Amino acid sequence: MSLTTTDAFDASKYWQLSEMVSLRDEEFGALAYHHVNRRLVFLKSRELVEIVRHLGDFECADDAVRALTPADQHDRYVTALGALEKSALIRGR
Amino acid sequence: MGAESSLRNRFERGLAAPICLTWELTYACNLACTHCLSSSGRRDPRELSTAEAKALIDEIAAMQIFYVNIGGGEPMIRRDFFELVEHAVNQHVGVKFSTNGTRIDEGAAKRLAGIDYLDIQISIDGADAATSDRIRGAASYDHARRAMDNLMEADFGQFKISVVMTRESIEQLDDFESLAKNFGAELRLTRLRPSGRGVEVWNELHPTLEQNRRLYKWLKERPNVLTGDSFFHLSALGSPLEGLNLCGAGRVVCLIDPVGDVYACPFVIHDEFLAGNVRDAGFGAVWTNSSLFRSLREPGNPGACASCGSYDACRGGCMAAKFFTGLEMSDPDPECVFGHGETALAAKQVSIRPISSPDHSRRVPVTLVAR
Repeated sequence: MSLTTTDAFDASKYWQLSEMVSLRDEEFGALAYHHVNRRLVFLKSRELVEIVRHLGDFECADDAVRALTPADQHDRYVTALGALEKSALIRGR
Repeated sequence: MGAESSLRNRFERGLAAPICLTWELTYACNLACTHCLSSSGRRDPRELSTAEAKALIDEIAAMQIFYVNIGGGEPMIRRDFFELVEHAVNQHVGVKFSTNGTRIDEGAAKRLAGIDYLDIQISIDGADAATSDRIRGAASYDHARRAMDNLMEADFGQFKISVVMTRESIEQLDDFESLAKNFGAELRLTRLRPSGRGVEVWNELHPTLEQNRRLYKWLKERPNVLTGDSFFHLSALGSPLEGLNLCGAGRVVCLIDPVGDVYACPFVIHDEFLAGNVRDAGFGAVWTNSSLFRSLREPGNPGACASCGSYDACRGGCMAAKFFTGLEMSDPDPECVFGHGETALAAKQVSIRPISSPDHSRRVPVTLVAR
Protein backbone atom coordinates (compact mmCIF):
# COMPACT_ATOMS: atom_id res chain seq x y z
CA MET A 1 0.00 0.00 0.00
CA SER A 2 1.23 3.48 -0.80
CA LEU A 3 2.20 5.74 2.09
CA THR A 4 0.54 8.79 0.63
CA THR A 5 -0.95 9.52 -2.74
CA THR A 6 -1.04 13.07 -4.04
CA ASP A 7 -2.96 14.01 -7.17
CA ALA A 8 -0.03 13.78 -9.50
CA PHE A 9 2.49 11.59 -7.76
CA ASP A 10 2.22 7.84 -7.30
CA ALA A 11 4.84 6.67 -4.82
CA SER A 12 3.94 3.03 -5.36
CA LYS A 13 5.61 3.20 -8.76
CA TYR A 14 9.19 3.19 -9.92
CA TRP A 15 10.91 6.59 -10.15
CA GLN A 16 14.44 7.74 -10.91
CA LEU A 17 16.46 10.94 -11.21
CA SER A 18 16.15 12.28 -14.74
CA GLU A 19 19.36 12.03 -16.77
CA MET A 20 18.73 15.65 -17.80
CA VAL A 21 19.41 16.73 -14.22
CA SER A 22 22.67 17.58 -12.46
CA LEU A 23 22.86 17.54 -8.66
CA ARG A 24 25.40 19.58 -6.74
CA ASP A 25 25.90 19.08 -3.02
CA GLU A 26 25.63 22.16 -0.84
CA GLU A 27 25.72 22.72 2.91
CA PHE A 28 21.91 22.88 3.05
CA GLY A 29 21.31 19.84 0.84
CA ALA A 30 21.77 20.22 -2.91
CA LEU A 31 21.05 22.28 -5.96
CA ALA A 32 19.43 20.48 -8.85
CA TYR A 33 19.46 21.85 -12.36
CA HIS A 34 17.37 20.58 -15.25
CA HIS A 35 19.34 21.17 -18.42
CA VAL A 36 16.35 21.25 -20.73
CA ASN A 37 13.66 23.20 -18.89
CA ARG A 38 16.48 25.19 -17.18
CA ARG A 39 14.83 25.00 -13.78
CA LEU A 40 16.97 25.35 -10.69
CA VAL A 41 15.55 23.54 -7.69
CA PHE A 42 16.73 23.61 -4.08
CA LEU A 43 16.70 20.33 -2.20
CA LYS A 44 16.60 21.50 1.37
CA SER A 45 17.73 18.43 3.26
CA ARG A 46 20.47 15.83 2.96
CA GLU A 47 17.92 13.03 3.40
CA LEU A 48 16.00 14.24 0.37
CA VAL A 49 19.23 14.38 -1.64
CA GLU A 50 20.00 10.77 -0.66
CA ILE A 51 16.51 9.65 -1.64
CA VAL A 52 16.70 11.40 -5.00
CA ARG A 53 20.15 10.04 -5.74
CA HIS A 54 19.22 6.43 -4.95
CA LEU A 55 15.59 6.49 -6.05
CA GLY A 56 16.32 4.38 -9.12
CA ASP A 57 17.83 1.59 -6.99
CA PHE A 58 14.45 0.80 -5.43
CA GLU A 59 11.38 -0.92 -6.83
CA CYS A 60 9.22 2.08 -5.95
CA ALA A 61 9.47 5.51 -4.34
CA ASP A 62 7.80 4.25 -1.16
CA ASP A 63 10.56 1.69 -0.67
CA ALA A 64 13.24 4.36 -1.06
CA VAL A 65 11.57 6.66 1.45
CA ARG A 66 11.05 3.79 3.93
CA ALA A 67 14.66 2.68 3.67
CA LEU A 68 16.24 6.11 3.95
CA THR A 69 14.13 8.15 6.37
CA PRO A 70 12.52 7.74 9.83
CA ALA A 71 8.87 6.64 9.85
CA ASP A 72 7.45 9.96 11.10
CA GLN A 73 9.07 11.75 8.14
CA HIS A 74 7.76 9.54 5.33
CA ASP A 75 4.82 11.71 4.34
CA ARG A 76 6.80 14.88 3.91
CA TYR A 77 9.40 13.17 1.75
CA VAL A 78 6.74 11.66 -0.49
CA THR A 79 5.23 15.14 -0.81
CA ALA A 80 8.67 16.52 -1.68
CA LEU A 81 9.10 13.87 -4.37
CA GLY A 82 5.75 14.91 -5.80
CA ALA A 83 7.05 18.46 -6.15
CA LEU A 84 10.19 17.18 -7.88
CA GLU A 85 8.09 15.17 -10.30
CA LYS A 86 6.18 18.33 -11.22
CA SER A 87 9.50 20.03 -12.11
CA ALA A 88 10.50 16.97 -14.16
CA LEU A 89 13.53 16.31 -11.94
CA ILE A 90 12.49 12.72 -11.46
CA ARG A 91 10.86 10.49 -14.04
CA GLY A 92 9.14 7.12 -14.26
CA ARG A 93 10.24 4.17 -16.32
CA MET B 1 8.10 31.42 4.63
CA GLY B 2 10.37 30.34 7.52
CA ALA B 3 12.06 27.77 5.32
CA GLU B 4 12.49 30.35 2.54
CA SER B 5 14.16 32.88 4.78
CA SER B 6 16.51 30.28 6.27
CA LEU B 7 17.45 29.28 2.72
CA ARG B 8 18.13 32.91 1.94
CA ASN B 9 20.39 33.12 4.98
CA ARG B 10 22.31 30.10 3.69
CA PHE B 11 22.75 31.80 0.32
CA GLU B 12 24.00 34.92 2.01
CA ARG B 13 26.75 32.84 3.59
CA GLY B 14 27.83 31.65 0.15
CA LEU B 15 27.71 28.39 -1.78
CA ALA B 16 30.31 25.77 -2.75
CA ALA B 17 30.25 27.26 -6.26
CA PRO B 18 28.22 30.02 -7.91
CA ILE B 19 24.66 29.24 -9.00
CA CYS B 20 25.29 31.40 -11.95
CA LEU B 21 28.49 32.72 -13.35
CA THR B 22 28.77 35.61 -15.76
CA TRP B 23 31.72 35.54 -18.12
CA GLU B 24 32.43 38.49 -20.34
CA LEU B 25 34.29 36.83 -23.22
CA THR B 26 35.70 39.99 -24.74
CA TYR B 27 35.77 43.73 -24.27
CA ALA B 28 35.59 44.10 -28.04
CA CYS B 29 32.26 45.44 -29.29
CA ASN B 30 30.92 46.77 -32.56
CA LEU B 31 28.41 48.93 -30.70
CA ALA B 32 28.99 51.61 -28.09
CA CYS B 33 25.87 51.58 -25.91
CA THR B 34 25.71 54.55 -23.61
CA HIS B 35 24.93 52.41 -20.54
CA CYS B 36 27.49 49.62 -21.13
CA LEU B 37 28.24 47.97 -17.76
CA SER B 38 31.71 46.89 -18.87
CA SER B 39 32.72 50.07 -20.77
CA SER B 40 33.39 47.84 -23.76
CA GLY B 41 34.67 48.73 -27.21
CA ARG B 42 38.30 47.75 -27.72
CA ARG B 43 39.60 44.22 -27.39
CA ASP B 44 42.04 43.80 -24.50
CA PRO B 45 45.29 42.27 -25.79
CA ARG B 46 45.57 40.24 -22.57
CA GLU B 47 42.27 38.45 -23.31
CA LEU B 48 42.21 34.74 -22.34
CA SER B 49 43.45 32.55 -25.20
CA THR B 50 41.31 29.75 -26.61
CA ALA B 51 43.30 27.19 -24.60
CA GLU B 52 42.92 29.22 -21.39
CA ALA B 53 39.21 29.71 -22.01
CA LYS B 54 38.74 25.97 -22.56
CA ALA B 55 40.65 25.16 -19.37
CA LEU B 56 38.35 27.57 -17.52
CA ILE B 57 35.30 25.81 -18.98
CA ASP B 58 36.74 22.46 -17.82
CA GLU B 59 37.04 23.85 -14.30
CA ILE B 60 33.50 25.26 -14.44
CA ALA B 61 32.27 21.79 -15.44
CA ALA B 62 34.26 20.13 -12.64
CA MET B 63 32.77 22.57 -10.10
CA GLN B 64 29.31 21.63 -11.39
CA ILE B 65 28.38 25.18 -12.24
CA PHE B 66 25.30 24.34 -14.26
CA TYR B 67 25.37 27.21 -16.69
CA VAL B 68 27.28 30.35 -17.56
CA ASN B 69 26.00 33.65 -18.80
CA ILE B 70 28.31 34.73 -21.57
CA GLY B 71 28.50 38.37 -22.47
CA GLY B 72 31.01 41.04 -23.38
CA GLY B 73 31.52 43.23 -25.26
CA GLU B 74 29.92 41.36 -28.10
CA PRO B 75 30.83 37.71 -27.48
CA MET B 76 30.19 36.61 -31.06
CA ILE B 77 33.09 38.81 -32.19
CA ARG B 78 35.54 36.29 -30.76
CA ARG B 79 36.69 34.00 -33.56
CA ASP B 80 36.52 30.98 -31.26
CA PHE B 81 32.99 31.83 -30.06
CA PHE B 82 31.34 28.69 -31.43
CA GLU B 83 34.28 26.52 -30.42
CA LEU B 84 33.99 27.69 -26.80
CA VAL B 85 30.21 27.39 -26.67
CA GLU B 86 30.39 23.86 -28.07
CA HIS B 87 33.18 22.96 -25.63
CA ALA B 88 30.89 24.04 -22.77
CA VAL B 89 27.66 22.37 -23.84
CA ASN B 90 29.49 19.13 -24.68
CA GLN B 91 30.32 18.90 -20.97
CA HIS B 92 26.76 19.72 -19.93
CA VAL B 93 27.63 23.29 -18.96
CA GLY B 94 24.63 25.21 -20.26
CA VAL B 95 25.32 28.51 -22.01
CA LYS B 96 23.15 31.58 -22.06
CA PHE B 97 24.68 34.37 -24.03
CA SER B 98 23.80 38.01 -24.47
CA THR B 99 24.29 39.54 -27.86
CA ASN B 100 23.40 42.66 -29.80
CA GLY B 101 22.43 40.33 -32.64
CA THR B 102 24.59 41.96 -35.30
CA ARG B 103 26.43 38.68 -35.98
CA ILE B 104 23.35 36.45 -36.14
CA ASP B 105 22.95 36.18 -39.89
CA GLU B 106 21.11 33.25 -41.49
CA GLY B 107 24.12 30.96 -41.29
CA ALA B 108 24.89 31.75 -37.66
CA ALA B 109 21.22 31.32 -36.72
CA LYS B 110 21.21 27.83 -38.26
CA ARG B 111 24.38 26.88 -36.42
CA LEU B 112 23.00 28.20 -33.11
CA ALA B 113 19.77 26.27 -33.64
CA GLY B 114 21.79 23.06 -33.81
CA ILE B 115 23.34 23.44 -30.35
CA ASP B 116 21.59 21.93 -27.31
CA TYR B 117 21.62 23.60 -23.89
CA LEU B 118 21.95 27.01 -25.50
CA ASP B 119 19.94 30.06 -24.62
CA ILE B 120 20.20 33.44 -26.36
CA GLN B 121 19.37 36.92 -25.13
CA ILE B 122 19.05 39.63 -27.74
CA SER B 123 19.37 43.12 -26.30
CA ILE B 124 17.25 46.07 -27.31
CA ASP B 125 16.56 49.20 -25.28
CA GLY B 126 13.37 50.44 -26.82
CA ALA B 127 10.32 48.94 -28.50
CA ASP B 128 11.01 51.08 -31.57
CA ALA B 129 14.19 51.97 -33.44
CA ALA B 130 14.27 55.60 -32.35
CA THR B 131 14.10 54.83 -28.61
CA SER B 132 16.47 51.87 -28.75
CA ASP B 133 19.03 53.52 -31.03
CA ARG B 134 19.34 56.53 -28.73
CA ILE B 135 21.02 54.15 -26.27
CA ARG B 136 22.57 51.53 -28.54
CA GLY B 137 23.49 53.53 -31.65
CA ALA B 138 22.16 53.99 -35.17
CA ALA B 139 20.77 50.89 -36.94
CA SER B 140 21.27 48.69 -33.85
CA TYR B 141 17.54 48.07 -33.44
CA ASP B 142 17.14 46.89 -37.03
CA HIS B 143 20.09 44.53 -36.62
CA ALA B 144 18.58 43.07 -33.45
CA ARG B 145 15.22 42.59 -35.14
CA ARG B 146 16.87 40.88 -38.08
CA ALA B 147 18.66 38.53 -35.68
CA MET B 148 15.27 37.66 -34.13
CA ASP B 149 13.84 37.01 -37.60
CA ASN B 150 16.79 34.77 -38.45
CA LEU B 151 16.47 32.77 -35.23
CA MET B 152 12.78 32.27 -35.84
CA GLU B 153 13.42 31.29 -39.46
CA ALA B 154 16.09 28.79 -38.33
CA ASP B 155 13.62 27.29 -35.86
CA PHE B 156 15.91 28.02 -32.92
CA GLY B 157 13.02 27.81 -30.47
CA GLN B 158 12.42 30.16 -27.60
CA PHE B 159 14.97 32.92 -27.14
CA LYS B 160 14.93 35.92 -24.82
CA ILE B 161 14.53 39.60 -25.53
CA SER B 162 16.47 41.57 -22.93
CA VAL B 163 15.71 45.18 -22.09
CA VAL B 164 17.30 47.56 -19.59
CA MET B 165 14.66 49.65 -17.85
CA THR B 166 15.29 53.33 -18.47
CA ARG B 167 13.03 56.32 -18.01
CA GLU B 168 12.10 55.91 -21.69
CA SER B 169 11.86 52.13 -22.12
CA ILE B 170 9.80 51.71 -18.96
CA GLU B 171 6.98 53.56 -20.74
CA GLN B 172 6.90 50.79 -23.37
CA LEU B 173 6.37 47.74 -21.17
CA ASP B 174 3.26 46.57 -22.99
CA ASP B 175 4.97 47.00 -26.36
CA PHE B 176 7.87 44.79 -25.25
CA GLU B 177 5.39 42.21 -24.10
CA SER B 178 3.71 42.15 -27.53
CA LEU B 179 7.03 42.07 -29.33
CA ALA B 180 8.16 39.05 -27.30
CA LYS B 181 4.83 37.36 -27.90
CA ASN B 182 5.13 37.87 -31.67
CA PHE B 183 8.48 36.09 -31.67
CA GLY B 184 7.40 33.40 -29.20
CA ALA B 185 10.20 34.81 -27.05
CA GLU B 186 10.57 35.34 -23.32
CA LEU B 187 10.87 38.90 -22.07
CA ARG B 188 13.66 39.76 -19.67
CA LEU B 189 13.87 43.16 -17.97
CA THR B 190 16.87 44.33 -16.00
CA ARG B 191 17.81 47.31 -13.94
CA LEU B 192 19.81 50.26 -15.28
CA ARG B 193 22.91 50.50 -13.16
CA PRO B 194 25.34 53.38 -12.84
CA SER B 195 28.19 50.98 -13.67
CA GLY B 196 30.71 51.27 -16.51
CA ARG B 197 29.62 53.97 -18.97
CA GLY B 198 26.24 53.83 -17.23
CA VAL B 199 27.62 56.27 -14.68
CA GLU B 200 27.36 59.00 -17.29
CA VAL B 201 23.70 58.44 -18.15
CA TRP B 202 22.24 57.13 -14.91
CA ASN B 203 21.13 60.50 -13.54
CA GLU B 204 18.96 61.31 -16.52
CA LEU B 205 17.86 57.78 -17.42
CA HIS B 206 17.15 55.89 -14.21
CA PRO B 207 13.41 55.40 -13.59
CA THR B 208 11.53 57.80 -11.35
CA LEU B 209 9.97 56.63 -8.08
CA GLU B 210 6.57 56.64 -9.74
CA GLN B 211 7.84 54.59 -12.70
CA ASN B 212 9.44 52.05 -10.36
CA ARG B 213 6.13 51.65 -8.54
CA ARG B 214 4.39 50.99 -11.85
CA LEU B 215 7.11 48.52 -12.86
CA TYR B 216 6.71 46.61 -9.58
CA LYS B 217 2.98 46.29 -10.13
CA TRP B 218 3.44 45.27 -13.77
CA LEU B 219 5.97 42.58 -12.79
CA LYS B 220 3.77 41.27 -9.97
CA GLU B 221 1.03 40.70 -12.53
CA ARG B 222 3.46 38.88 -14.83
CA PRO B 223 5.53 36.33 -12.92
CA ASN B 224 6.72 34.87 -16.24
CA VAL B 225 8.65 38.00 -17.16
CA LEU B 226 12.28 37.34 -16.24
CA THR B 227 14.33 39.85 -14.27
CA GLY B 228 17.52 38.06 -13.20
CA ASP B 229 16.59 39.11 -9.64
CA SER B 230 17.34 42.63 -10.81
CA PHE B 231 14.61 44.51 -8.98
CA PHE B 232 14.72 43.14 -5.46
CA HIS B 233 15.08 46.73 -4.21
CA LEU B 234 11.43 47.16 -5.32
CA SER B 235 10.24 44.27 -3.13
CA ALA B 236 9.95 46.79 -0.28
CA LEU B 237 6.75 47.93 -2.04
CA GLY B 238 4.86 44.81 -0.95
CA SER B 239 5.20 41.07 -1.36
CA PRO B 240 8.52 39.94 -2.83
CA LEU B 241 9.05 39.71 -6.60
CA GLU B 242 9.99 36.37 -8.19
CA GLY B 243 13.56 35.29 -7.42
CA LEU B 244 15.88 35.00 -4.46
CA ASN B 245 15.55 38.67 -3.55
CA LEU B 246 19.05 39.15 -2.30
CA CYS B 247 22.34 40.63 -3.43
CA GLY B 248 24.19 37.56 -4.68
CA ALA B 249 27.56 39.26 -5.17
CA GLY B 250 30.37 36.87 -4.20
CA ARG B 251 27.77 34.61 -2.57
CA VAL B 252 25.85 32.98 -5.39
CA VAL B 253 27.09 34.94 -8.41
CA CYS B 254 30.27 36.55 -9.69
CA LEU B 255 31.84 37.83 -12.87
CA ILE B 256 34.89 36.71 -14.83
CA ASP B 257 36.11 39.40 -17.20
CA PRO B 258 37.88 38.83 -20.55
CA VAL B 259 41.36 38.89 -19.01
CA GLY B 260 40.39 36.42 -16.27
CA ASP B 261 39.84 38.94 -13.47
CA VAL B 262 37.11 37.82 -11.07
CA TYR B 263 34.74 40.49 -9.71
CA ALA B 264 31.94 40.14 -7.16
CA CYS B 265 29.18 40.68 -9.72
CA PRO B 266 28.67 41.86 -13.31
CA PHE B 267 27.96 45.41 -12.13
CA VAL B 268 31.13 46.11 -10.17
CA ILE B 269 34.06 46.03 -12.57
CA HIS B 270 36.21 48.12 -10.26
CA ASP B 271 39.44 47.43 -8.31
CA GLU B 272 37.54 47.59 -5.04
CA PHE B 273 35.52 44.50 -5.99
CA LEU B 274 38.32 42.52 -7.65
CA ALA B 275 38.71 39.12 -5.99
CA GLY B 276 41.57 37.63 -8.02
CA ASN B 277 42.47 36.23 -11.43
CA VAL B 278 41.78 32.77 -12.85
CA ARG B 279 45.31 32.68 -14.33
CA ASP B 280 46.84 32.41 -10.84
CA ALA B 281 45.43 29.27 -9.24
CA GLY B 282 42.21 28.79 -11.16
CA PHE B 283 38.69 30.05 -10.59
CA GLY B 284 37.82 27.72 -7.70
CA ALA B 285 40.63 29.10 -5.56
CA VAL B 286 39.36 32.64 -6.06
CA TRP B 287 35.75 31.68 -5.32
CA THR B 288 36.66 29.86 -2.12
CA ASN B 289 39.57 31.83 -0.74
CA SER B 290 39.20 35.45 -1.83
CA SER B 291 39.18 37.68 1.23
CA LEU B 292 36.74 40.00 -0.56
CA PHE B 293 34.26 37.17 -1.17
CA ARG B 294 34.68 35.92 2.38
CA SER B 295 33.81 39.35 3.72
CA LEU B 296 30.76 39.61 1.43
CA ARG B 297 29.53 36.34 2.96
CA GLU B 298 29.57 37.83 6.47
CA PRO B 299 26.19 39.00 7.82
CA GLY B 300 25.35 42.40 6.31
CA ASN B 301 25.11 45.59 8.29
CA PRO B 302 21.74 47.32 7.72
CA GLY B 303 23.41 50.70 8.39
CA ALA B 304 21.07 53.61 7.74
CA CYS B 305 18.27 51.13 6.91
CA ALA B 306 18.28 49.51 10.37
CA SER B 307 15.20 51.40 11.52
CA CYS B 308 13.23 50.78 8.31
CA GLY B 309 10.57 48.10 8.56
CA SER B 310 11.25 46.99 4.98
CA TYR B 311 14.91 46.10 5.34
CA ASP B 312 14.07 42.42 5.34
CA ALA B 313 12.35 42.82 1.96
CA CYS B 314 15.00 44.82 0.06
CA ARG B 315 18.15 44.09 2.11
CA GLY B 316 19.31 47.65 1.51
CA GLY B 317 19.33 47.17 -2.26
CA CYS B 318 22.13 46.94 -4.79
CA MET B 319 25.77 47.31 -3.76
CA ALA B 320 26.81 48.48 -7.24
CA ALA B 321 24.07 51.10 -7.44
CA LYS B 322 25.24 52.57 -4.14
CA PHE B 323 28.94 52.42 -4.96
CA PHE B 324 28.78 54.08 -8.36
CA THR B 325 26.48 56.86 -7.20
CA GLY B 326 28.96 57.73 -4.46
CA LEU B 327 26.92 56.32 -1.58
CA GLU B 328 28.31 54.21 1.26
CA MET B 329 27.46 50.51 1.60
CA SER B 330 25.57 51.43 4.80
CA ASP B 331 23.39 53.93 2.87
CA PRO B 332 20.03 53.06 1.29
CA ASP B 333 19.84 52.09 -2.38
CA PRO B 334 19.80 55.29 -4.52
CA GLU B 335 16.44 54.10 -5.87
CA CYS B 336 14.99 53.20 -2.45
CA VAL B 337 11.22 53.07 -3.00
CA PHE B 338 10.64 55.31 0.01
CA GLY B 339 12.95 58.01 -1.35
CA HIS B 340 15.59 57.51 1.37
CA GLY B 341 18.26 57.05 -1.31
CA GLU B 342 17.48 60.37 -2.92
CA THR B 343 17.69 62.02 0.48
CA ALA B 344 21.04 60.36 1.13
CA LEU B 345 22.36 61.49 -2.27
CA ALA B 346 21.12 65.05 -1.74
CA ALA B 347 22.77 65.17 1.69
CA LYS B 348 26.23 64.57 0.22
CA GLN B 349 27.97 67.92 0.03
CA VAL B 350 30.50 66.52 -2.38
CA SER B 351 29.60 63.62 -4.58
CA ILE B 352 32.57 61.50 -5.54
CA ARG B 353 31.57 58.88 -8.06
CA PRO B 354 34.01 56.07 -8.70
CA ILE B 355 34.56 55.28 -12.37
CA SER B 356 34.95 51.64 -13.46
CA SER B 357 38.66 50.90 -13.37
CA PRO B 358 39.21 49.19 -16.72
CA ASP B 359 37.74 51.29 -19.53
CA HIS B 360 37.80 49.77 -23.00
CA SER B 361 35.56 52.38 -24.63
CA ARG B 362 36.49 53.31 -28.15
CA ARG B 363 38.03 56.72 -28.42
CA VAL B 364 35.96 57.52 -31.50
CA PRO B 365 32.25 56.64 -31.50
CA VAL B 366 31.34 53.90 -33.94
CA THR B 367 28.72 54.07 -36.63
CA LEU B 368 26.99 50.90 -37.61
CA VAL B 369 26.16 50.84 -41.29
CA ALA B 370 22.91 49.16 -42.20
CA ARG B 371 23.40 46.45 -44.82
